[in-house]
Amino acid sequence: MRFTLNGHVEEVDAPPAARLLDVLRVNCGLTGTKEGCGEGECGACTVLLDGAPVCSCLVPASQAEDAAVVTIEGLGDEHPLQHLFMNEVGAQCGICTPGMIMAALALGPNPTLDDVKTALAGNLCRCTGYGAIYRAVLKWKAGDMSPPSAASV
Amino acid sequence: MPAVGSNVARKDGIGKATGRALYADDLTFPGMLHGRTVRSTIPCGRVRDIKLEFDQAGFTIADHRDIPGRNVVALIEDDQPLLVEREVRHAAEPILLLAHENAEVLRAARVEITYDEQEPLFDPELSTGLLKQIAIDKGDVDAALSGADLVVEGTYRTGHQEHVYIETNGVIAVPESGGIVVYGSLQCPFYALKALKGMLGPNVSVRVVQTETGGGFGGKEEYPSMIAGHAALLALKSGRPVKIIYDRVEDMVATTKRHPSIVRHRTGVARDGKLVAMDIDVLLDGGAYVTLSPVVLSRGCIHAAGPYRCENTRIHGRAVLTNTPPNGAFRGFGAPQTEFAAEVHMDRIAEALGMDPVELRAINALAPGDTTATGQRLREDASARLVLDEAVRRTDFRHKREAYRGTNKGIGLSLFYHGAGFTGSGEQHLRPRARLDLTPTGVRIAVGSTEIGQGTRTMHAQIVADALCIPYESVEVAPPDTSVVADSGPTVASRTCMVVGKILEECAHEMRARLAGSTPAAHYAEHGPFSVERGYEPPDWIQWDDATYRGDAYATFAWGCDVAELELDPDTYEVRPIKLTAVQEFGRPIHPALALGQIEGGTAQGLGYALLERVVMKNGAMANAQLTNYVIPTTLDTPEMDVVMVENRYAGGPFGAKGLGELPMDGPGPAVANALRHLGLDVREIPATPELLAECASR
Amino acid sequence: MSELDLKRAWSTSEALRLLRDEQRTPVAGATDVYVAANFGTLTQRRFVDIWGLDELRDISLRIDALVIGALATYADVIRSPEVAIRLPMLIDAARLVGGPQIQNRGTIGGNIANASPAGDTLPVFAAVDAVVVLRSVDGQRRVPFTSFYTGYRATVMKPDELIVAVEVPRVDGRQWFRKVGTRAAQAISKIVVAGVRGAKPRIAYGSVAPTVVRAREVERVLAERRDIDAAAAALEREISPIDDLRSTEAYRRRVSVNLLRRFWSETAGA
Repeated sequence: MRFTLNGHVEEVDAPPAARLLDVLRVNCGLTGTKEGCGEGECGACTVLLDGAPVCSCLVPASQAEDAAVVTIEGLGDEHPLQHLFMNEVGAQCGICTPGMIMAALALGPNPTLDDVKTALAGNLCRCTGYGAIYRAVLKWKAGDMSPPSAASV
Repeated sequence: MPAVGSNVARKDGIGKATGRALYADDLTFPGMLHGRTVRSTIPCGRVRDIKLEFDQAGFTIADHRDIPGRNVVALIEDDQPLLVEREVRHAAEPILLLAHENAEVLRAARVEITYDEQEPLFDPELSTGLLKQIAIDKGDVDAALSGADLVVEGTYRTGHQEHVYIETNGVIAVPESGGIVVYGSLQCPFYALKALKGMLGPNVSVRVVQTETGGGFGGKEEYPSMIAGHAALLALKSGRPVKIIYDRVEDMVATTKRHPSIVRHRTGVARDGKLVAMDIDVLLDGGAYVTLSPVVLSRGCIHAAGPYRCENTRIHGRAVLTNTPPNGAFRGFGAPQTEFAAEVHMDRIAEALGMDPVELRAINALAPGDTTATGQRLREDASARLVLDEAVRRTDFRHKREAYRGTNKGIGLSLFYHGAGFTGSGEQHLRPRARLDLTPTGVRIAVGSTEIGQGTRTMHAQIVADALCIPYESVEVAPPDTSVVADSGPTVASRTCMVVGKILEECAHEMRARLAGSTPAAHYAEHGPFSVERGYEPPDWIQWDDATYRGDAYATFAWGCDVAELELDPDTYEVRPIKLTAVQEFGRPIHPALALGQIEGGTAQGLGYALLERVVMKNGAMANAQLTNYVIPTTLDTPEMDVVMVENRYAGGPFGAKGLGELPMDGPGPAVANALRHLGLDVREIPATPELLAECASR
Repeated sequence: MSELDLKRAWSTSEALRLLRDEQRTPVAGATDVYVAANFGTLTQRRFVDIWGLDELRDISLRIDALVIGALATYADVIRSPEVAIRLPMLIDAARLVGGPQIQNRGTIGGNIANASPAGDTLPVFAAVDAVVVLRSVDGQRRVPFTSFYTGYRATVMKPDELIVAVEVPRVDGRQWFRKVGTRAAQAISKIVVAGVRGAKPRIAYGSVAPTVVRAREVERVLAERRDIDAAAAALEREISPIDDLRSTEAYRRRVSVNLLRRFWSETAGA
């Protein structure tokens, strides 16, 4: 099957019913997209499919045919949201982070805190309690790359 | 500019956010096989027969007879086998191991096992299988009870909790010359090493390397020894690398969970609110093997009286055997269970006395100079009143208690504490060590402590940099490979900063003396490398008697006061947490943003424990073992959190730091239950699901 | 998973032919099928992939009806101005299905065909007397939504039929929707209720019986006597909730009645 992966055309030999998650991780060797549950509950496998965040563990490979798929690798290493996730400690153990970032990419400009929570409601994090994730995402949207302020003492 | 106390750039780099960080399932090796564990489908009985109903070509098959060493997963006792020989003590107990190159062929292989079933025991209150018993006795409880103005009794329950680290358990065992290396998602590489040595025998050399780990919370403290043993066995037998990654269902069903508890309080109080006698009974459901139950019970019992002064205290605890998968370490380690009971009981005492719950706590809160239930005299770094007063002030607690009356809103608080480091003489028995190596550009930290999201690499580097007076950037951290790093003890018990960080601080001081004014680079260039390795020196005033359970249980405690504000839907009994205020005192925050992350994350996990997370057991196994049916908080379930970090430094910790990782877990359960009590619901067990609250409401 | 036999249809007529000739089961967003496959409860093995059939995705207004294509996703519904005008409670339901990732993939047709007693959109369609449009090689037929389900996970659909659309007649009266899930997002419903407070009130419940239930006796009592207490008593007889992994019969009974009262009081004056 043939699809656009992170901006370039990819040809992969995979059965039509293979999970897109496995095509990405195994056939394409891109392990940035993670499996957390295999049932579309945790969002760790989130990728963009024609611009929309989806759980790649629930997408048959054949449905990515001729579609545009973007994974965390498609952002490279210098995306401001990636830096903010590390600096604001939006990533602790990091396993949910690629999926979280991909879901956050679907946010429009100037989101409210509620918009951010809703956009990320399909991504489970067990480490952070989400607060630092909101801080990272809102700073990104505001173009604010300043370091985190210490919590009140 | 000092590194300690500032939010320096993390040593993890950016790999977690770019997808470049490599977790266990991201690794492949040439010739690698996939491994699968065939598990018992009955909770109790004996294996009668095993039939392999598949074409065995290309398969490696291993059972207990293939274990070169001892069929034991070493931990505290030697009672848990790596693989069942005949006797099955819990559902999902591992019996047979299969490996094959093709994951789908592996999954499709049919194995038929027949059993002679025996009557299982599931109810801990009926169990006669004692895993551990503890007695803490202070003063004369019976006399004090009979003389008390009022006696308040209550029984409190907590259920299982599942860790739900977003990365499931997984390891890869790879043959290397003369032995095996196991790469895996784990908290304690040296625990796995010790267990593997026992299982693989003296003729197989072993080393363990931690991969980037996607969450632990205690669920990867002892369990990985089991999965590592399985993968290693298959790798030995096949001569090829073997990867075993659990899917979410298997992980939830088969691996450890938090011990369920039943805690009974009988408390004598004076009319003025003073606690005069506490009689506490703690029962923990240990599951089918001992694993860590003795230590969970120990910590649970030591914290069972709450952060309060009481001259007459009796705490008797038992951990008992049931035919369920063994329970194990989970952040808090017994304290969330017993402090839930203690704090809900305090609000009931306040009710019985017609007293303000804040006032009751203020009267009895432990202060410097007071002794705990084990007779430990607290020092200046005891902060119960500090956190209580701040939490009450900051949330306008008393005013809201009045203002919310008659509405659908409730507000409740909990006061709690958490001892840092291993209990009593634990750190001495562990003999943890840390090492610093001089490098051409600076120093390298070589410890067995693991990064599991809490910031170990960064925090240790900050301590070493400042103790050595060198730039933070010139400190690197060795990956935890047991053949390279020192055995610093496990990454548990809120000890990674306070204990291991302290050893590193001492190593750094010694190294600084040896450098005698040179920079590391200059010294290296002139003299070459050298290392400093030291063990932990506990404070000289610590005295602990294991036999009588008396003395200084912990070098220091961290303290917390949580206030939960919530709204109850009168139609559906759903609870909407509005705000959670967490005032926490843990000495000096080494990295404030990482510390904040521990508090926010631990508090969210505690909220899940309080409201959402219910393990449904059917015939001795978790029946709701999918993330769709065992629910943890999403963004929309997690309220605004107001975190206040108060400092009361501990002189024996690095730069005055105490331990933090587990403290946040102890507060939310009782704070939520007490807020529900404020709404008129007599909640004595968690999770306080809507179904439970509907029942409370109708009583 | 990859052993599943999945063949893509390039047109609706091809899909219909495959259903008839090769006994395949339609799969669209796969948010139910792949979960079942992963969990080992999937019985079917041969599928026809209809995800690409854009002609089944339209949402449009005809003079008398709102027509929702079977492949409209929850996200399509949430964004649809037509649905916002005619059936806003369907948007309420769609917003509460899963999270954004599921909303981008799950379809209205899939929710209906999956026939779960807990399907979040089913009470909405039942309460507004929607009509399911089925098509096969032999032609098209319309089935009233309230006759669509015959029992637990059973429908009147023939094996070679495909849901192509749902038609929703004009809704008279105020719409009301409530879902009680296991948590605030990404939750399977424990109880789900949709109601219309018109001249003749209509109310439907999900997750409290083997299929979605139109509470006809409740509706009759409310229309004739406007007696909410009698209606509550009637409701108890019309639902048959159970204990399961997520909730209890007692809770579902109690909350179903509470929500009926809440529907009635909140839509008063409508």
